[in-house]
Amino acid sequence: MAVNRMFRTCPASGLVFHEPAENLMKANAVAAAVSLLVGGILAIGVTLTRWQAVHMLPPDSFYLFLTAHGLNMLVFWIIFFEMAILYFTSSTLLKCRLAAPGIGWVAFWMMVVGALMNNYAVFRGDSSVMFTAYAPMGAHPTFYLGLILFAVGALISCFVFFATLVVAKSEKTYNGSVPLVTFGAITAAIIAVFTIASGAIILVPTFLWSVGFIDHIDSLVYRTVFWAFGHSSQQINVSAHVAVWYAIAAIVFGAKPLSEKVSRTAFFLYICFLQLASAHHLLADPGLTSNWKIFNTSYAMYLAVLASMVHGLTVPGSIEVAQRQKGYTNGLFEWLRKAPWGNPAFSGMFLSLIGFGFLGGISGVMMGTEQLNLLIHNTLYVPGHFHATVVVGTTLAFMSLTYFLIPVLFRRQMMFAGMAPWQPYVFGLGMMGVSLFLMGAGTLGVPRRHWDIAFAGNPLPYEFPGSAWLMMALAGISSIFAFVGGAMYLAITVGSVFFGKKIETPGFKEISAQQGMVGRPQPAAAPADTTVIAGHQGGVGAGGMCMVAPGTFVLAIVFLVSFVLYYFINWKYLSTVWPLR
Amino acid sequence: MSNAIQPAGDHEVFEEPVPPMQQLLDNPFLLLFIGIAVPTVLYIVLGVMEIVAIPIAK
Repeated sequence: MAVNRMFRTCPASGLVFHEPAENLMKANAVAAAVSLLVGGILAIGVTLTRWQAVHMLPPDSFYLFLTAHGLNMLVFWIIFFEMAILYFTSSTLLKCRLAAPGIGWVAFWMMVVGALMNNYAVFRGDSSVMFTAYAPMGAHPTFYLGLILFAVGALISCFVFFATLVVAKSEKTYNGSVPLVTFGAITAAIIAVFTIASGAIILVPTFLWSVGFIDHIDSLVYRTVFWAFGHSSQQINVSAHVAVWYAIAAIVFGAKPLSEKVSRTAFFLYICFLQLASAHHLLADPGLTSNWKIFNTSYAMYLAVLASMVHGLTVPGSIEVAQRQKGYTNGLFEWLRKAPWGNPAFSGMFLSLIGFGFLGGISGVMMGTEQLNLLIHNTLYVPGHFHATVVVGTTLAFMSLTYFLIPVLFRRQMMFAGMAPWQPYVFGLGMMGVSLFLMGAGTLGVPRRHWDIAFAGNPLPYEFPGSAWLMMALAGISSIFAFVGGAMYLAITVGSVFFGKKIETPGFKEISAQQGMVGRPQPAAAPADTTVIAGHQGGVGAGGMCMVAPGTFVLAIVFLVSFVLYYFINWKYLSTVWPLR
Repeated sequence: MSNAIQPAGDHEVFEEPVPPMQQLLDNPFLLLFIGIAVPTVLYIVLGVMEIVAIPIAK
C-alpha cells in the first residue's frame, strides 16, 4: 500500500505538516467549531431562563437545552478540538508522517455519527437527562449509543496518536525526549484512554438497560463510574490546554520552560492523580466512606493541584524570562505591561491562565474538601467552577491557539482582523463574570439544575435572598457578553477558514496519497528542532525562579494569599451555617 | 552507574546514562499503563468495592 509522505513546510512558522494529518486536523477543528456553535446557541436559552427576570423557556425545553448544551460543549466541542491537537502535537511537532490516517478518518466519522446520533436523541425531546444522565433516569437508546460511538472513535484517534509517536521514534525524526508540548498531549491522551474506557464500562450496560437487556442499573455504581468518565473528560482538557499554554508562550515569545524536568514531572503528577478528582462529585453520597473520598479528593488530588500550580508558575515565568531577555527589565512588571495584549493568541492564553488558576483552581480545591463541599454541593457553585476551568481555561486557550492555526494550518489570512484583538476580552471577561456570579449564587444556596428558583406554585416554597436573584441576573448579563465573544470567535474563524484570502505556500502541490511518494524524512540531527514550539531544551531551572522571574514570583505570592484567604473564609462560613453548640 | 566512555578518533565521546525518571517519562506506553492503573485501582476498584460491601436492605 502506498504511504503518503507528502509534507509541506509552513514558511511563516517553519512547522512541517504531513498532508493526511493536516486534513484530519482541519476536519476535527471544523467539527469542533460546529459543536461550539450549536452549544453556544443553546447556552443563550439556558442562561436567559435561569435569569429569573427573563425566564425564557418552559421547563421541558429548558432541560432539553441544558442537556444538549452540556453535551455539545463538554464533550463534542472539546474532544473534537483535542483530537486536532493530538494530531498536531504528534505529526507536526515531531515532523513525522501520521500513522494510519485511514483509521484516523474512520475514527473521525465514528465521532461525527456519534455526536449526530446523540443530538438527535436529545432533540427528539425524550432524552432530557442532562450531561450526567444519572440512572435510573432513562434516555432513548440512541442517546447512549451515540455517546459510545463517539467515545470509541475518540479512543481510536488516541491510538493513532500513540502509533504516530512510535513512527516518529522508529524513523528517528527527533532526538532525545519529545518536546514538552507533545509530552502535554501524551498526558492528555493517557487521561483520555482512562476516561473513555470508564465511559464504556458504564455506558454500554446503561445502553443495554435502555433497550431492555438488563433490568437494573445500580445508581451509586453508575454515579461512581460515570464520574470517572464525566469529570476525567475535563481533565483531558486541563492537560491539553496547559500544553497549549506552553505552545503559545513558545510561539509568541520564543519562551522556553523554566525547567523541563519540573514541567514534565508536573505532567507526570497529572497522569497519576488528576483523574482522582472525579470523587468530588460524590462527596455527599452515602455508601462511600470518608477514607475513599478524602484520599481521592484531598491527598491525591492535591498532588495534581500542585502540578497545576507548577504550570501556572512556569508558563508566565518563562514568558517573563523571554521578555526580560528582550530588554523589558524595568521594575517587576514591565515584561507584562509590554506584552502583546493586542495579539489574541497571547491575550486569550493569559486570560485563560489567570481565570483557570484564580477562579477554577481555587474553587476546585475548596469543592474538593469534604467538609466545605457541604456548603455548595449540587448548587450553582459547581457550574460556576467548571465554567472557570472548562470555558475560561480550556475553551479560551483553544480559541487563542486557533488564531495561530488559521494562517499556519488553514493557510488563510485572518478576516475581521480589527475585531480579533477584542474577542478574547469580550469572551473571557464575560465568562469570568458568569463563573463568579454563578459561584456567588451557589454560595447562597441556589440549586444547580432547578428551572425556577422562585418555586412558583410549589407547595413548599423557599425564598432566596435578593442577593441570589441579583447574582443570577448578573450571571445572565455576563453570559450575553460571553455569547457575543463566542459569536465573534466563530465569525472570525469560520469567515477566515472559508472566505479568507488564501496564503500560498511556495512549492506546495496537492498530491494524492497514491502518487505522493517521496523519500523518507531524514533522521533529525542533534539538536532535533528548528522551531521554538518544537524545541525542548532546558531553561534556567526552577531553583532560580525568584531571581530570574521576580514578577511571576510576586504573582504567585498573590495567588497563594488569595488561595489561603478564600479557603479559610469558607471554613469560617461553614462554622456559621453549622454552628457547634 | 558510571559514565560510559567510548574512544572516537582523536577525542572521547561521553555518553551519560539516561536517568531512570527520564526513562520513565520517555516511555509513553509505561506512562499509559500507570495512568490507567492508578486511577482504576484507587478510584474505580476501591470505590465499587465499598459500594458492593453495603448490606442489602431486607
